[in-house]
Amino acid sequence: MASADFETTTHGQEPIPQAVKIIIAGGFGAGKTTMVGSVSEIAPLSTEEVMTEASCGVDDLGGLEDKSTTTVAMDFGRITVSPEVVLYLFGTPGQNRFWFMWDELAEGALGAVVLADTRRLDTCFHAVDFFERRGVPFVVAVNRFEGSTAYRTEEVREALDVPEEVPIVLADARDRESSRDVLVELVTHVIRGRSPALSG
Amino acid sequence: MTGRQERGRSGTVSPPETEGFEGADLFPPAQEAPWHRGRGHPTSEGPSEGVLSGDAPEGPLVRPYTMTRGRTRPCGSGPRLDLITIVVAARGRQEQVAEPEREAILRLCGRPISVAEISARLDIPLTVVRVILGDLLADGDIRTRAAVPVTQLPDKKVLQAVLDGIRRL
Repeated sequence: MASADFETTTHGQEPIPQAVKIIIAGGFGAGKTTMVGSVSEIAPLSTEEVMTEASCGVDDLGGLEDKSTTTVAMDFGRITVSPEVVLYLFGTPGQNRFWFMWDELAEGALGAVVLADTRRLDTCFHAVDFFERRGVPFVVAVNRFEGSTAYRTEEVREALDVPEEVPIVLADARDRESSRDVLVELVTHVIRGRSPALSG
Repeated sequence: MTGRQERGRSGTVSPPETEGFEGADLFPPAQEAPWHRGRGHPTSEGPSEGVLSGDAPEGPLVRPYTMTRGRTRPCGSGPRLDLITIVVAARGRQEQVAEPEREAILRLCGRPISVAEISARLDIPLTVVRVILGDLLADGDIRTRAAVPVTQLPDKKVLQAVLDGIRRL
């Protein structure tokens, strides 16, 4: 639908690009920021969310200084895919105690890459569970670290217990072409998964 | 600039048609910000090279919510400001803005930019950026384009554009 391509509410003004996002998930140190950086057109940025216990918007500073705050940092990069569409890549906060941010990250996400570190495969179990439960399409990218044992993708599939339709690819997060191929695999997977719904 | 920031794609050339959106070098240098600038890590993977833990203040020198006069949520009925809501300054804005944060945000919004990028480039927490953007929106100083709602995934055309764009990398 052409009407969905541009913001049309303000006539006479230039259209504002549409933003979409892909999540790069995985355990701490799995290479999320590295992958974001290898394909991003800007050096990876980090934004901070400050969570407070103050749950509603009040014009009252009284007592706010006593409320406990938690700061969560999220790394992201940008790829301008066309003049109308901008893709953002968000790395998930590495520590498990920041799970609450995952909901916001996942909302409206096109899909996700789960970066698996074969030296610590269990660190990406949570991510696989999360995206499966939320129905967010994802691919698993096995990041090749020096010194890690070479695994076959089928061994990883078995260990992670992901179904056949979820692509598992080998990757080097430091390498631009390799990271690009992972993203191509993901978006192809997303389009494939949506095709029946679109045609029917 | 830290080593990590320099590691970006400075050597690569953007396609000419995307130049209108590419504006990293137009942003004001970080040190011009009149408020405290974060803790010295460009990314959450840890402190950047050359930054010793002793260099980083324990907490913000300016309590973030003083910028918003204590508010932790955007005012009233405005649209939801997602991480990737794109913001652009409304054309023809003339008057001077008193608050430096508002002025800095409006400067960044000369070209379309996401909420997350505004937060990162100005080193102001997202929650605070959202409140200030809510004010600017209410005053008609900015326009926004919301991210695709959760119930309505990006359409095929957008997905194809993303796929083509990634393949060109």
